[in-house]
Amino acid sequence: MTLTAKDVAEILRLLDSSSFDTLSLEMNGVKLNLQRGSAAPVRQSAAPAPESQPTNESPAQRQPLDVTFRSAKPPSEAGLKDISSPLLGIFYRAPKPGEPPFVEVGTKVEPDTVIGIIEVMKLMNSVRAGVAGQIAEILADNGALVEYGEILMRVRPSA
Amino acid sequence: MAIRRILIANRGEIALRIIRTCKAFGIETILAASEADLGSLPARLADRAVCIGPARPADSYLKVETIVQAALGVKADAIHPGYGFLSERPALARVCEQEGVIFLGPTAAQIEAVGDKLRARAEAEAAGVPTAPGGAVETASEAMVLGREIGPPLLIKAVGGGGGRGMKRVDRLEDLPSAMELAAAEAGAAFGDTRVYLERFVAHGRHVEVQILGDGTGRVIHLGERDCSVQRRYQKLIEETPAPELSAEFRRRVHHAAVQFTERLSYRSAGTVEFLVDMDRDTFYFLEMNARIQVEHPVTEAVTGIDIVAEQIAIANGDGLRLQQRDVRREGCAIECRINAEDPARGFHPSPGTVRKAEWPAGKGVRVDTHISSGARIPPFYDSLMGKIIVHASDRASALDKMRRALAATHIEGVASNIALHKELLADPEFQRGGVDTSYLPRFLEKRGARQEVRTHG
Repeated sequence: MTLTAKDVAEILRLLDSSSFDTLSLEMNGVKLNLQRGSAAPVRQSAAPAPESQPTNESPAQRQPLDVTFRSAKPPSEAGLKDISSPLLGIFYRAPKPGEPPFVEVGTKVEPDTVIGIIEVMKLMNSVRAGVAGQIAEILADNGALVEYGEILMRVRPSA
Repeated sequence: MAIRRILIANRGEIALRIIRTCKAFGIETILAASEADLGSLPARLADRAVCIGPARPADSYLKVETIVQAALGVKADAIHPGYGFLSERPALARVCEQEGVIFLGPTAAQIEAVGDKLRARAEAEAAGVPTAPGGAVETASEAMVLGREIGPPLLIKAVGGGGGRGMKRVDRLEDLPSAMELAAAEAGAAFGDTRVYLERFVAHGRHVEVQILGDGTGRVIHLGERDCSVQRRYQKLIEETPAPELSAEFRRRVHHAAVQFTERLSYRSAGTVEFLVDMDRDTFYFLEMNARIQVEHPVTEAVTGIDIVAEQIAIANGDGLRLQQRDVRREGCAIECRINAEDPARGFHPSPGTVRKAEWPAGKGVRVDTHISSGARIPPFYDSLMGKIIVHASDRASALDKMRRALAATHIEGVASNIALHKELLADPEFQRGGVDTSYLPRFLEKRGARQEVRTHG
């Protein structure tokens, strides 16, 4: 898979709607570095460490922010809509352990179809699809901690 | 058990400060960050950042359940609350206690005991710690009786207030009933608690506070005092240790009072007991206790060489106090200037935005705690603290000199800052003499405003 101009445009759109200023993507030998705005290159002048705790770690030497959940898995096809987690919590795909999942890849959904549950300290919160279509991808694992804004699934919207 | 992974439920310079100590001790850090802070320096320097919610504190940093769920989800052994946000909410400490997550701070019961200002006052009295003449009043007639006894000017304080919030000054006794009614109504709206109490208003007071460490079983040591009298609307601007122009005997009594107060509570972790030094009467009164690490803790670290965050972790780890009182030696003088993204010329209006350039000082005896580097963003949702410059020298004059040079090497572009004001304060003879009271900064600003007025129109 290679990056098409359309893909780049899509990624740009994603970056634009996110809270991030820079995005670095590397796949199949293609390296993409994007930066928001026309500001000068973001230079990290190392914040001096407290004298008592010398650290040889300067911010400039660190890797850029790991934005795994938002850009690590690009959509397998164009036009998919994300279902993002509205909360940080534990994600469950089924109403109860042992029961079939709410949805599978291929399941048809309406905007108010429940696609999973997020538990925050024993409080269960339903997550709805928010869009009509068909589940195209399931990214979040059952029982995993998901962060606020993490993409749980992607939907192929009905035309 | 040994703490190996800490969830930091905070942001900004204090999050970075906690990360630094954790790195030094090989402890993993997980930063619980709002969406607005995912690109911040602490988010990059933590071993991992988890997004807990949108930018607004009420949707992220103030959500107790989300914070504890994040700690459980990443299998953190402990939560460090930093200062502000949930640090002094008994609810977070309590849920941690229920869920078996170590809270790097006091117990929920201790936070409650000092969070209620009237109860804290009673605790101080029971511990034999001096309090300002005053007490609880429920009705206007009660207030009049007590007010007459103390004599004006008086201060009406909200029980649920603190840090300067919920206070009203009354200069004439006949104004007391109406002022009390208003204060109770305001307190009800602001803190959900209409209770108020009356205290003597101290005309010339200095804010002197004592850093303590308690092991939770009744052993407490103090790390000396800090003078934080340079403040405006109870927002501290410059802090220093030792407190200038106080006799060794006076300071010893203040230290002792702080230890007495916290020993009685069997206080656990780091805390600060604040006192008001009444300059006219040459005495001091208990003000309140802050049950958390404080912004100005680095000046204490500078003169003692003690890493207070490391001690918090050691205490939470069950290692107890690793130091005896006699091990605590204080050498020289340390001063801290808080560098804020705010404009003193425009009523200290916050100035969020992108920091085009950030240059901080460095060198021997200079420490900078900051999360702001060139290109950093200052979101409008949080406080305006960009960083703290701390200098340490053998005496106060050398420390002031070092701070002047440090400020000259500090450059912030893209947002407004209070650096120029700091430079002016450092050049002011009254501040240089030392021992200013809490009315000093407002007076200084008034004169400064007048001077600028003349410059503009003259």
